Amino acid sequence: MSTVETFYDVMRRQGITRRSFMKYCSLTAAALGLGPSFVPKIAHAMETKPRTPVIWVHGLECTCCSESFIRSAHPLAKDVVLSMISLDYDDTLMAAAGHAAEAALEDTIEKYKGNYILAVEGNPPLNEDGMFCIIGGKPFVEQLRHAAEHAKAIISWGACASYGCVQAAAPNPTQATPVHKVITDKPIIKVPGCPPIAEVMTGVITYMLTFDRMPELDRQGRPAMFYSQRIHDKCYRRPHFDAGQFVEHWDDDAARKGYCLYKMGCKGPTTYNACSTVRWNDGVSFPIQSGHGCIGCSEDGFWDQHGFYQRVTGIKQFGIEATADQIGLATTAVVGGSVAIHAAASALKRAQKKTEEA
Amino acid sequence: MRKITDERIYEPRVPPEEIFEASRLTGDATLEDLESIRRRTSVYVYEAPVRIWHWVNALCITILCITGYLIGAPLPSMDYSEATNQFVMGYIRFAHFGAGTVLSIGFLARIYWAFVGNRHAWQMFYIPIFNLRYYREFLFELRWYLFLEEEPKKYVGHNPLAHAAMFFFITLGITFMMITGWALYGEGAGQGSLPDTLFGWVLGIAQNSQRIHTLHHLGMWAIVIFAIIHIYAAVREDVMSRQSMVSTMISGFRTFKDDRIE
Repeated sequence: MSTVETFYDVMRRQGITRRSFMKYCSLTAAALGLGPSFVPKIAHAMETKPRTPVIWVHGLECTCCSESFIRSAHPLAKDVVLSMISLDYDDTLMAAAGHAAEAALEDTIEKYKGNYILAVEGNPPLNEDGMFCIIGGKPFVEQLRHAAEHAKAIISWGACASYGCVQAAAPNPTQATPVHKVITDKPIIKVPGCPPIAEVMTGVITYMLTFDRMPELDRQGRPAMFYSQRIHDKCYRRPHFDAGQFVEHWDDDAARKGYCLYKMGCKGPTTYNACSTVRWNDGVSFPIQSGHGCIGCSEDGFWDQHGFYQRVTGIKQFGIEATADQIGLATTAVVGGSVAIHAAASALKRAQKKTEEA
Repeated sequence: MRKITDERIYEPRVPPEEIFEASRLTGDATLEDLESIRRRTSVYVYEAPVRIWHWVNALCITILCITGYLIGAPLPSMDYSEATNQFVMGYIRFAHFGAGTVLSIGFLARIYWAFVGNRHAWQMFYIPIFNLRYYREFLFELRWYLFLEEEPKKYVGHNPLAHAAMFFFITLGITFMMITGWALYGEGAGQGSLPDTLFGWVLGIAQNSQRIHTLHHLGMWAIVIFAIIHIYAAVREDVMSRQSMVSTMISGFRTFKDDRIE
């Protein structure tokens, strides 16, 4: 178990020079969108603050959040895990297994009561008393409640923990429930996405450790620095949208020219994420750059918004899936037809009355 | 032609052709016409601000429906110039946002006029749910539309059915469209902008902006349906009811076609 050692201690122990450390602080400041004046603050914080213990639990999930996390380039995930945080429990990343792993969890909770951060990947299914997800012989929801009880704050990793994702999509047989609906008395940061961008994940952790506070959150509880703008607002294909130049088919000339994917159902205009700026895999690309529309994976209930390839999406409440346009047109046709019939009847009635009066 | 024999009608001592001398100047007025002029009455219902609001609103709604539909289902891809010299979607969106702004300011002005205008200016904003007579009249008007009543009643303002339609489709409907519309506009304007500060809470409730898009889209169809019914009913009432309809929204005067009491 880690004793009270600072980030700086750990980094120096690993052979990182003072110069590299200062570079790292500048990079972190830049990644968080902070000015150069924050570099000494970050350095000071890392020299003096003890590493924050993190417990990382996994519910119903596909581990794509972990997969994304370990690919972080700025900062490198290894720096985060080995230097910055004290990742005391993460059943997919830790060396220990079985009883030893569960013991580590209990130890950390005991030792750092009220001081550790709980990172939740996936969500608890509540149906059948949570029997659809068993961790260490007990329903995951119990582990979650237990670990959350003494946590300082909770990070909801990914669409699962933030909104429910695919396992909570209708009809949601296991009653998979996002973390904030199970744990209601702790500050929760949602970092949605399926998965979230690696740099966003490490960026959130770095911010919390550096400043020892939650990042500024938006209305939905997401870090504003990464989720305050839509993909659409910063999309490099936006000029084609404004010009009215759209891809109409996947293999048309417009697709080859890289026109806007709006008509192909791109959810960029309704999706808040940093993909169009931070991008993926060390800034290599992101879905729209690769020629496919955004599917809106960091939005609530994105599996239940009808097709990924339709701009006007479906409405389930009408029994059959129909779009607003289909419903609107059908109703307009019915009303228009009724009006025509009513008009004809009125005309007949009036003619009849005139005949009677004459 | 129906002969005027109703004993309830006031018989003037002076023959009507002498009373309405001016009306005879064109030479085409028959005796019945002159008698009709004497019996018709009119009420000044819609003051100028209400009329101006109505037609500005109608124009805005037309623009909003067309451009709104084109935002959801854009025109075929156009490639007549470099993207930098072309602004098709941009102009459509500009027209939508412009019309939406005019509609919103107009609606606020209309609310103001409900307080300072005449009694009829207030009618659109409430339904007299505690007034039993309203329900009775509502049923009567429904029966008139179902051809179960021989003759409609005279109304100075909206008839009870129109009153309900105005309240639900315009007062509530336009309010819903303005709130969702400004919430969607706030997304582009950015967090901390005025539309976002005022209406961003809608996104907080909906969680996913796609849902607001869908509701806003359905709202458009509701208003299209209202417009169909509204125009049909106005023309039909103008023809078949006992009062003027279409011209009332131009001149402000509701004229009645007879002076019979109910």
